[in-house]
Amino acid sequence: MIYEVFRQERKGQAFQHAGSIEAPDERFADWYAREQYGRRGESTALWVVPRSAVREIDDFVDELNRNYHRVDGYPLKEKLKEARERAGTAPPRDR
Amino acid sequence: MTEQEQGFLEYVQSGGQVETDDWMPDEYRARLRKFIEMHGNSELMGVLPEREWILRAPTLQRKLALTAKVQDEVGHAQLIYRVVEDLGKPREQCLDDLISGKAKFHNVFHYPTKTWGDVGVIAWLVDAAAIISQKALLKCSYAPYARIMKKICWEESFHILHGRDVILTLMNGTDDQRELVQEAVTRWWGPLMQFHGNPIPADEDPMLVWRIKSQGNDEARQQFLDGYVPQIWELGLTVPDPALRKDEETGRWHYTEPDWDELMHVVTGHGPKTEERLDLRRNARENSAWVRAVVLSDAA
Repeated sequence: MIYEVFRQERKGQAFQHAGSIEAPDERFADWYAREQYGRRGESTALWVVPRSAVREIDDFVDELNRNYHRVDGYPLKEKLKEARERAGTAPPRDR
Repeated sequence: MTEQEQGFLEYVQSGGQVETDDWMPDEYRARLRKFIEMHGNSELMGVLPEREWILRAPTLQRKLALTAKVQDEVGHAQLIYRVVEDLGKPREQCLDDLISGKAKFHNVFHYPTKTWGDVGVIAWLVDAAAIISQKALLKCSYAPYARIMKKICWEESFHILHGRDVILTLMNGTDDQRELVQEAVTRWWGPLMQFHGNPIPADEDPMLVWRIKSQGNDEARQQFLDGYVPQIWELGLTVPDPALRKDEETGRWHYTEPDWDELMHVVTGHGPKTEERLDLRRNARENSAWVRAVVLSDAA
């Protein structure tokens, strides 16, 4: 069985993928994970997950162009420039 | 080369990285697997020259440190074989090919460890040479390999500290101890100079072309000389190569051409300790087979 191991470097931080190990069962997986990713005090905690339990999603299609979810959906710079010009408050270099 | 292969080549050459499930050309997969497998074999075989000294270490502290180093290296072999497995070759098969003599491992692990001085030189200079090669893999186009290399390089840095500490302790000791170190440096210099391999022009080295490595063999050797020859000299040790000197203008080191025939002879399984160490692996595997059988059936 292959297990994916995630480790947390310090309390409060996000767990990050550390690598994978091969073990016959969960008990061995825990010990191998400890030895590989925790014996130098480099982790405060580990998550050990059977690889088969990890589901990957990597297709992020955006057919409707829902740009309101993204930073590039808000062209504030241009609009602010126009608004400042309208109000007569644009900085000198823009005048 | 097909259009898809050409696209892949351009992608990796522009710094692109590949994951396990991504499409990759057969040649790339084959080269990657062979190279990484040899790396795994070297980690596993690399503990044997040091293992011989665990029982003979001069102090308890040294014994523990050496045991920990051996554990680190075996751990590296496990991590690396995992990467090979995801590329399609099971670990059991890697071990079969290793002990049958079909697969290769690094030249330096085919030599005897005569004295405690050799143990120091291995941890200091052999690991230094290895860390230079391994750092050049941190940017490997195959991302899973590059990722584990970060952890491996981090642990190797402890080994160099351990090696330097052993060497400095001996150098601050008696004349006999200093002699021990000098003899070891003299013994290991040839294999160390061969370690990074014969020079291959960058555009003809498939490992560079596919961006599996990011540094040529000769460049790695220059980096090793530049980093470590001054450290050897400052301790009053000498290097057994009268031609060795640095050209201050070009910054390049000149040296006697390493013995490439010896390198080829040794890595193809004819080193002074090749057979003995493979036998040890073979016996260990046979003698521990019942443990695996019991544990695995218990786990299943």
